[in-house]
Amino acid sequence: MVETFYETLRRQGITRRSFVKFCSLTATSLGLGPAFAPKIAHALETKPRTPVIWLHGLECTCCSESFIRSAHPLAKDVVLSMLSLDYDDTLMAAAGHQAEAILDEITKKYKGNYILAVEGNPPLNEDGMYCIHGGRPFVEVLKETAKDCKAIISWGACASWGCVQAAKPNPTQAVPVHKVITDKPIIKVPGCPPIAEVMTGVVTYVLTFDRIPELDRQGRPKMFYGQRIHDKCYRRPHFDAGQFVEQWDDDSARKGYCLYKMGCKGPTTYNACSTVRWNGGVSFPIQSGHGCIGCSEEGFWDKGGFYERVTDIKQFGVESNADKVGGTVAAVAGVAVAAHAAVSALKRARSGSGAGKTEQGDR
Amino acid sequence: MSVEPHANGDVESAAGRSVFVYEGPVRLWHWVNALCIVTLAATGYVIASPLPTVAGEASANFLMGYIRFAHFSAAYVFAIGFLVRIYWAVVGNHHARQLFLLPVADAAWWSGLFHELRWYLFLEPTPKKYVGHNPLAHFFMFLFVTVAGVLMIFTGFALYGEGKGLGSWQDALFGWVIPFLGGSQAVHSWHHLGMWGIVCFAIIHVYAAIREDIMSRQTMISTMISGVRTFRE
Repeated sequence: MVETFYETLRRQGITRRSFVKFCSLTATSLGLGPAFAPKIAHALETKPRTPVIWLHGLECTCCSESFIRSAHPLAKDVVLSMLSLDYDDTLMAAAGHQAEAILDEITKKYKGNYILAVEGNPPLNEDGMYCIHGGRPFVEVLKETAKDCKAIISWGACASWGCVQAAKPNPTQAVPVHKVITDKPIIKVPGCPPIAEVMTGVVTYVLTFDRIPELDRQGRPKMFYGQRIHDKCYRRPHFDAGQFVEQWDDDSARKGYCLYKMGCKGPTTYNACSTVRWNGGVSFPIQSGHGCIGCSEEGFWDKGGFYERVTDIKQFGVESNADKVGGTVAAVAGVAVAAHAAVSALKRARSGSGAGKTEQGDR
Repeated sequence: MSVEPHANGDVESAAGRSVFVYEGPVRLWHWVNALCIVTLAATGYVIASPLPTVAGEASANFLMGYIRFAHFSAAYVFAIGFLVRIYWAVVGNHHARQLFLLPVADAAWWSGLFHELRWYLFLEPTPKKYVGHNPLAHFFMFLFVTVAGVLMIFTGFALYGEGKGLGSWQDALFGWVIPFLGGSQAVHSWHHLGMWGIVCFAIIHVYAAIREDIMSRQTMISTMISGVRTFRE
């Protein structure tokens, strides 16, 4: 008999009171009305627990590190008790053949009914030999595990976009999960790492409502990635006023003005940092005085410097940006026009007024 | 009629003859567009590289806000003007269609283009006469007004849609541009390069119009004001 979420939680020593509190907090963090708290509670009480398998590919474990620091302690407890019991080779107690046996068991027992969470990504070069999982290339394990899953959660920039290991020149040919698995619904939760509350929020949504959250064009949950950092940034009034930090140690920096000129990627980055914030809502990069580096955006390592507003265009071979290229071309055009005008005037003067227009006629 | 007939030897272009070329809406669009482009390029540049920090409380200032307002307003005028101009290409005279069609299959057009190129390289003593745009001008106008205009409208509305948010019509219509070009930052870069392309075109366009007005065998600047092209010989 498969136990429900609620039974699992009670077995873990969580009180009824804490459980109800968690349900209402989850409803709030997902942007749902108060009527949804009892619905979440009901779902958790009656639904058989959906197992989650957490695979690790080519990654740095920063997603796991972020996840286990989820600010809401209960959210962490709940989700961890939902997850780690099954399979997460970093967090689980079992190891070696025992661990792999669990993986095998879940995929068979819960065929078509488990969630696959992937942290990191598979490298494809040299037949996937750059990432070995239990003695086999990770890409094989990933394909095998994904075959019978209900849905996939791509944790972090690695699984969603490729991140640092897929940055140019990408020697291992690391690719995001959706390039390998094409026949399953994939929820991208990008960020390097993603915010802990965003991670637990997404998992809770999927498990309680038994469906994937509404996704945007690029497969990210709208509830957390629907707006840019810039749209909800508390320094936004300084941007609109035209008040910018010009240097790291200037008066504007001390006054907490907008970091746009320092290369802040807030205006081009979709994430919840400026609302949910980090470490229990304590702060986030911009609040700490440093611009956003755009870590949840596709290919952010290859998008030029973190400290430039108009970013480098690497395709031109030398480091250059749109202003340098455009300005140079415009200057060349201006000089060419002046030179051409001078030659035209000279030629006209030499051939005598109007002489250039005589004879010849139309051909 | 997509191909501009070469007016050489045509009665239309006999010396002293005047031909009505550009209808009112085309001329009006030209000058509105010119104003929009100047506004868009100037405000766009200071959006990417903002002016020095203003003093005082944030609540007492709205400089960047006003600059962005000017940019977005001019962008709407530019985009709506572009649509009206396409409409006029359909209902207007055949000169109004020239901007949107490149007669690449026409050998005479190509030879005219190279003749014009040689004229600018001082290798030809006289330019040919054209009632509409000469082939070289036609080519660059197509590239930097029509193609670049579309690029700027698509990338511009995609970026504007980011601020308007998911579900806005700007996002619904143009939001796909963002992932298509590889993210918001890349779209910014393309939009920026497009601006410089149009600036370069404007420099050469103004120079060529003044030069041709003086040196070629037909009116240029007055034609875009009155709509009438007069041939001098």
